[in-house]
Amino acid sequence: MRLLALALHRLLWFVPTLLGLLVVTFVISRVIPADPVALVAGETATPAQVEELRRQLGYDRALPVQFGEYAWRLVRGDMGTSIFTRRPIVEDLAHRLPATIELTVVAMVVSVLVGIPLGVFSALWRNSVLDHALRVVTVSGLAIASFWLGIMLQLLFAMRLGWTPLNGRLQGFPPSPITGFYLVDAALTADWRTLGAALTHLALPAATLAFPALATLVRFTRAGVLDVMQSNFVLYQRAMGLPRTLIVWKYMLRSALTSTVTQIGLLFGILLAGAVVTEAVFDWPGIGTYAVNSILRSDYNAVMGFTVWAGAVFIVVNLLVDVAQTLVDPRERPSN
Amino acid sequence: MSAAWFVVRRLTRDRSALLGLLLIAALVLAALLAPVLATHPDDVFELHPAERLRPPGGPHWLGTDRMGADVYSRLLFGARITILIGVIAVGASLLVGVPIGLVAGYHHGWLSDALMRVSDVFLAVPQVVLAIAIAQTLGPSLPNVILALSATYWPWFARVVYAETRSLQKEVFVESTAALGASPWRLTVLHVLPNIASPIIVRASIGMGFTILTAAALGFLGLGPPPPTPEWGRTIAESREFLPDAWWYAAAPGVAIFLTVMGFNLLGDGLRDVLDPRLRRGRGAR
Amino acid sequence: MTELLSVRGLSVDFVTDGGVAQVLDGISLDVGRGEVVGLVGESGCGKTTLARAILGILPAGAARLRGGEVRFRGADLLRADPVAVNDRVRGRAITFIPQDPSTSFSPVFPVETQIMDLMRWKSPRAPGGNARAPRWRYPRERYRTDREAVLETLRAVQIPEPARALRRLPHEFSGGQRQRLMIAMALLPDPDLIVADEPTTALDVTIQAQILRLLRELVKERGVSVLFTTHDLGTAHELCDRIVVMYAGQAMEAAPADVFFARPAHPYTRRLLASVPTGTGEIRDIPGEVPSLVAPPPGCRFHPRCDYATPECRAGRPAPRALAPDHEVRCHHPVDAPGGVDA
Repeated sequence: MRLLALALHRLLWFVPTLLGLLVVTFVISRVIPADPVALVAGETATPAQVEELRRQLGYDRALPVQFGEYAWRLVRGDMGTSIFTRRPIVEDLAHRLPATIELTVVAMVVSVLVGIPLGVFSALWRNSVLDHALRVVTVSGLAIASFWLGIMLQLLFAMRLGWTPLNGRLQGFPPSPITGFYLVDAALTADWRTLGAALTHLALPAATLAFPALATLVRFTRAGVLDVMQSNFVLYQRAMGLPRTLIVWKYMLRSALTSTVTQIGLLFGILLAGAVVTEAVFDWPGIGTYAVNSILRSDYNAVMGFTVWAGAVFIVVNLLVDVAQTLVDPRERPSN
Repeated sequence: MSAAWFVVRRLTRDRSALLGLLLIAALVLAALLAPVLATHPDDVFELHPAERLRPPGGPHWLGTDRMGADVYSRLLFGARITILIGVIAVGASLLVGVPIGLVAGYHHGWLSDALMRVSDVFLAVPQVVLAIAIAQTLGPSLPNVILALSATYWPWFARVVYAETRSLQKEVFVESTAALGASPWRLTVLHVLPNIASPIIVRASIGMGFTILTAAALGFLGLGPPPPTPEWGRTIAESREFLPDAWWYAAAPGVAIFLTVMGFNLLGDGLRDVLDPRLRRGRGAR
Repeated sequence: MTELLSVRGLSVDFVTDGGVAQVLDGISLDVGRGEVVGLVGESGCGKTTLARAILGILPAGAARLRGGEVRFRGADLLRADPVAVNDRVRGRAITFIPQDPSTSFSPVFPVETQIMDLMRWKSPRAPGGNARAPRWRYPRERYRTDREAVLETLRAVQIPEPARALRRLPHEFSGGQRQRLMIAMALLPDPDLIVADEPTTALDVTIQAQILRLLRELVKERGVSVLFTTHDLGTAHELCDRIVVMYAGQAMEAAPADVFFARPAHPYTRRLLASVPTGTGEIRDIPGEVPSLVAPPPGCRFHPRCDYATPECRAGRPAPRALAPDHEVRCHHPVDAPGGVDA
């Protein structure tokens, strides 16, 4: 029951925060020196034609009116039309969403499956060679520019060694579109060739995206485990001769994870953000490249659409993290 | 000032923090003494097309770029840009974020909620995206990059200060000082500020690293200071079409970014270790 | 040697920032079958360290064994195969009741999970088997039998509605109830010896007596030996058959409880007993301070505060002297004893 109350409470904050987000992006996109309408109209358009276009697109009315219209349409699921692609933005985003999600999920899974155990070992064998090596990785993970890491990985694995393709999501025909996720679709249709190809295309971008996430996870898991190692219940279980594997991987990890769960949630949001730049490096046909291209092409509606989407995702993720936190640590039923 | 001395002494015992300090010092030196340390100081502006894309060796320690300019020298001048952006952006964020956090922390009403909601909005969108949007809106230039970065980083300061102020209010000494009739101003300056100085310092150091990375990303996307400014991110973008052959062209600025950011991160961690136990604050995220 | 547990000359050092602390110095004590032995001493005298040394859970980095042996059923636990000790002794033949029951449970798992995890490996019906590979199989039959045993034991420790209680989380119980759970868990593996480290110190005074009486009743019923540490003489009086007194890492006197309280021989013991508040308003504490263990006083460590000290006391540690078949004292001048001083 309390869980429901918490969820509702968070959702309530969802609305004004989203609204605030809208205002900010709207203001940014409208208060500009460059004139997007002129850009769209092209260099050969006469002033009259530009004005006509402006009237058509609704850019000639007062700002608050424009905002009101935009917000109203948004509520009904209409983000407007991309100046560039001439398609509804919602469609554009939906079309590109699976690519970004697939990349982010794979990166997330890799960093969790690799990062958490490494963090545990790092704590158990404190100050060992492994621990020191991981310290280096952890520190560099947050100091390396993602785009540069991506480029270096491309340089080594794609260009020099030829082990992976250079960029893109797939060469050739995609598998039958059931879910839109190439890995899933290929597996479902037993199209192993495509599955393998999709994996090789995913390898570098996922690694680039996962690296900082992995570094953070190792760090936090290590700290969490070190903390838990001092607990009295660990002492008790040792005194009672319980197997070490049980103590570490069931009890200690669970306690250490209560803080890691929050981190994973936050990381997902960060990954989604990082995806923007990484997608740009690898020409990944996802929402990130869409955002970057829209920005660079002054496609303001699209930028707004993307920002709204990104903000909404972030807020939802935070909500889910709070809920997960409550589930993982039963004592913590926050009342805020 | 003995507190500052204590911090320095504790810090010097931490080897990684020292390394961080060393790296930052190297960065500052590189920036300040760029004209002196550079082997080809004029290459920031001059073109030598005949010498383009030479590998490292001989007079060019790190090779040359597509214009024939010395990579090493341009890197040094790029350090100036990096520091400038980092210091001003973080400084501005601090100057905006701290007062907002203080006001929000003190107040217990609609103003406080409103301010925190606003900062939540800014935090809701990934910083990179917002910075990109702002920079694109305003156009690629150095001041605009700084503006974009400040506008997106101030909430971190506001949040930290807000949390600290709120918890300090519950501390007995604040209550008793207020009861003795101290004015809010006096209370702030003499009592609250010294206590929030530590988390602010830690956040500033970590923020430098983070800001520099975002600045590089902006430069990479073409939203930073335009050529011929030797900004590190832009240089990496320029180098792409000449890979894999001219690997030094892409590697050098990346390594420079890495060392710089690592320096600030290590220092920030060291500062947090020294200052944190005194405050007994929980584990922070970024 | 018919004793169940026999500690001989145990010396343990701890590496600390201030130097090497000689926490235990040549401690010897015995625990017989079915006997409840109380280890009494002030805070910091080393009783918790001794308990942990017996269990084998001293912090590996900081603690160093300087000498001595811990014989359990004849075998020296300190020099036996650690994996075998962990598998067959800890949690089976020797169990543990910790000082603070609130933090000795994992906060995120229900009580049932934690107790049944214990039963999986430590129930009397769990196979002995190969100590190196923990056996994860938990056959349903055994699970059911074990669970019945758990419910029965919970009833014995007076936990109301055991089946429902199992499903709860540790923090939903009161301190006293949690300690009852701990007692249950200590009894379930059908141990020979329970090591209890100040089991009632963390509880409310009103609950302490209850818990102690319950513990005594249950162990006497089952013939389990108990070695329990305490700084409270009242607790010791309530619970023990025999009492061993420790001071600054050295054992001073060991005697049956009635003898201990009636005819204490060691000057420290006498002082300790005298310092118990009697309600007359007088406070008779022991002058001086507990010595640092990094640079402890030579010989008998109590000598700087002892009324009867002589240069002999400084020169060397007194050897154990039997004043009676089960009354041993380590003192050059035991009170009211032949060759000793008069009270």
